[in-house]
Amino acid sequence: MDVVVGQLLAGLSVGSVLLLAAVGMSLTFGQMGIINMAHGEFIMIGAYTVYMVQQFVSVAALSYVIAIPCAFLLAAAVGVLLEQGVLQFMYRRPLDTLLVTFGVSLILQQAARDIFGAPAVAINIPEFLSGHVSLLGAAIPVSRILIIVLAMVLVLLVSWLLKATQVGRRMRAVTVNRELAEVSGIPTRRTDRLTFALGSGLAGIAGVAITLIGSTTPTLGSNYIVYAFLVVVAGGLSSIWGAVIAAVALGIVQSAIAFGTTQSIATWVSFLLVVLFLQWRPQGIFSLKTRSLA
Amino acid sequence: MHDHTSSRRRTLLPFMTAVAALGLVVSGCGSQVSTASGGSASASVKSCVDTSGSKIKIGFINSLSGTMAISEKTVRDSLDMAADEINKSGGVLGKQLDVQAADGASDPNTFAQKADQLIRQNCVAAVFGGWTSASRKAMKPVFEKDNSLLYYPVQYEGMESSPNIYYTGAAPNQQIVPALDWMKSKGFKKLFLVGSDYVFPRTANKIIQAYAKANGMTVVDEQYVPLGGTDFTTIVNKLKDSGADAVFNTLNGDSNVAFFRQFASMGFNSTTMPTISVSIAEQEIPGVGLDNLKGQYTAWDYYQTLDTEQNKKFVSDFKARYGQDRVTSDPMEAAYVSLYLWKAAVEKANSFDVDKVKANSDGISFDAPEGKVTVDGENHHVYKTPRIGQVNSAGLIDTIWQTPSPLKPDPYLKDYDWAKGLS
Repeated sequence: MDVVVGQLLAGLSVGSVLLLAAVGMSLTFGQMGIINMAHGEFIMIGAYTVYMVQQFVSVAALSYVIAIPCAFLLAAAVGVLLEQGVLQFMYRRPLDTLLVTFGVSLILQQAARDIFGAPAVAINIPEFLSGHVSLLGAAIPVSRILIIVLAMVLVLLVSWLLKATQVGRRMRAVTVNRELAEVSGIPTRRTDRLTFALGSGLAGIAGVAITLIGSTTPTLGSNYIVYAFLVVVAGGLSSIWGAVIAAVALGIVQSAIAFGTTQSIATWVSFLLVVLFLQWRPQGIFSLKTRSLA
Repeated sequence: MHDHTSSRRRTLLPFMTAVAALGLVVSGCGSQVSTASGGSASASVKSCVDTSGSKIKIGFINSLSGTMAISEKTVRDSLDMAADEINKSGGVLGKQLDVQAADGASDPNTFAQKADQLIRQNCVAAVFGGWTSASRKAMKPVFEKDNSLLYYPVQYEGMESSPNIYYTGAAPNQQIVPALDWMKSKGFKKLFLVGSDYVFPRTANKIIQAYAKANGMTVVDEQYVPLGGTDFTTIVNKLKDSGADAVFNTLNGDSNVAFFRQFASMGFNSTTMPTISVSIAEQEIPGVGLDNLKGQYTAWDYYQTLDTEQNKKFVSDFKARYGQDRVTSDPMEAAYVSLYLWKAAVEKANSFDVDKVKANSDGISFDAPEGKVTVDGENHHVYKTPRIGQVNSAGLIDTIWQTPSPLKPDPYLKDYDWAKGLS
């Protein structure tokens, strides 16, 4: 019994990491349709923000509290630069966008390598996060619980933002029908910029959380980019709740297979399952129903 | 009627395949082995090395970009230092070393291509570098075809011996087998194996399985994660239930951080679950986190703390050159040594000619920071002293066990009965 609970919790925590990486992408890729290969590097920027903050703040817990808004702002700023400088010229040219953002991701990686050096930097993790607690007979690390909570908070925030605020309603309007939104007086360019900034900023926050479990290196983001795409596509491009279900399902499936077999097999089986799922349901778990689809 | 959303959606999904494929290429080290520039070249190429001037060209090939830059940059640093030292003391056969640098970019194909360029266009007398087995396997046919020399400075899985490569890192009998001997002497009976999913850990674990079978030990589980993988929840859960009394860790690079974090947060430490790692050196300790590693064990032939005159000088010169916060590690030392071994062989041959250097390499020795190393002319590896180390509270590694004298290299484990059938 505690093995089952343990693996369910493991799956939940794996899923929440995937979800964190994918939340921002559900905006930039899901809502805007931009294939941003540099999304992983925004995660990396968030992770290095923790390192930079810790150069000035020696109390680990406090440094994390400060790092979260800093990472959001820094990643959002770089995101705006990318959107303004490059991407706005290539909307509706997905192949060009893919190649250009891939180039940008290499540039950002090399920049991090030049600034911080190639080896992983040392991050101080708050003392209370390094232990574990027992839950229903299974042990789960405190840092993983924090990540699950953080992922949930971010998802709730984003879904509230999309539903209940003017900015969010505009974002959705632009997604559903850009021309109609534009003739209704919505500043679509400004909305694009905001959406992209928000998506990038969320990647930055994901980076802060990821420093708790993995190493902080210039290539950290490339470990998560494929999973982020996978989660967003499987979830249904414009649905954040679809991403939640996809991430948790993927995490649990992966942990379950890994327990019976090995981690490598679990990785490729979970990829296979997503491919099969998309054959059956190409639009993902949830699809956006609009008149324009009819 | 405008139908942007739906048309965009239909065009986007096919791109996912491309995105995923591209991402996989980016995140995993390519493990394919390739021969450079096709197979059209003639059987033997006349060497174009220019020995007439006051300078002699040599090549350094290391990854300065990509995932492996984290490790290979440090090797380049110590190679540069060795070249400058040799030049200051008069060069090789009176000629100053003229270093031609190449970036292997963490990609085996690039290694093969750049190695070919170094040999045929830059006309270097010898090449130093490489790290992953994939990069070495990709370069091997190039050096054999062009009849040039490669000095490879990293411990590896063995089962190889090329007439054109000198291996200055540990062969398996100088790292993996001594680590197992030590574990056996400590009474560890049940081993849990964890490694990255590529050639070195897979081969190392085969050796460990064979050793365990012959020595009354059991391997309770053998687990792999993809290169760069950071998800260890399941593996550590399995470790908890496995009843193992020690872990043999062949994880590479970044995965170590995630493994030891998960390991520590589930309540394990060096007392409750001793772990011996063969890919964590001084340089990786801060990144993995000293708190997670303190008291854990490593297997190498060199540590920064070694108490030899040569090592004290090596460490202080390195720090003076690159900064007081820098550390030295086994592959860096092996690279530094490789340049001196080549120098000694060239001087003994009194020639830069590849065949003459090879003919004079047997028995060449050098008083290295790790102690005396000697080239074995037969299998092109070197005699080295295996050492088990323990991570201390300063983030360095103390030697706690070593063989009384340097061990003869045995890349195919020919001298071990239990290893029959491995190669």
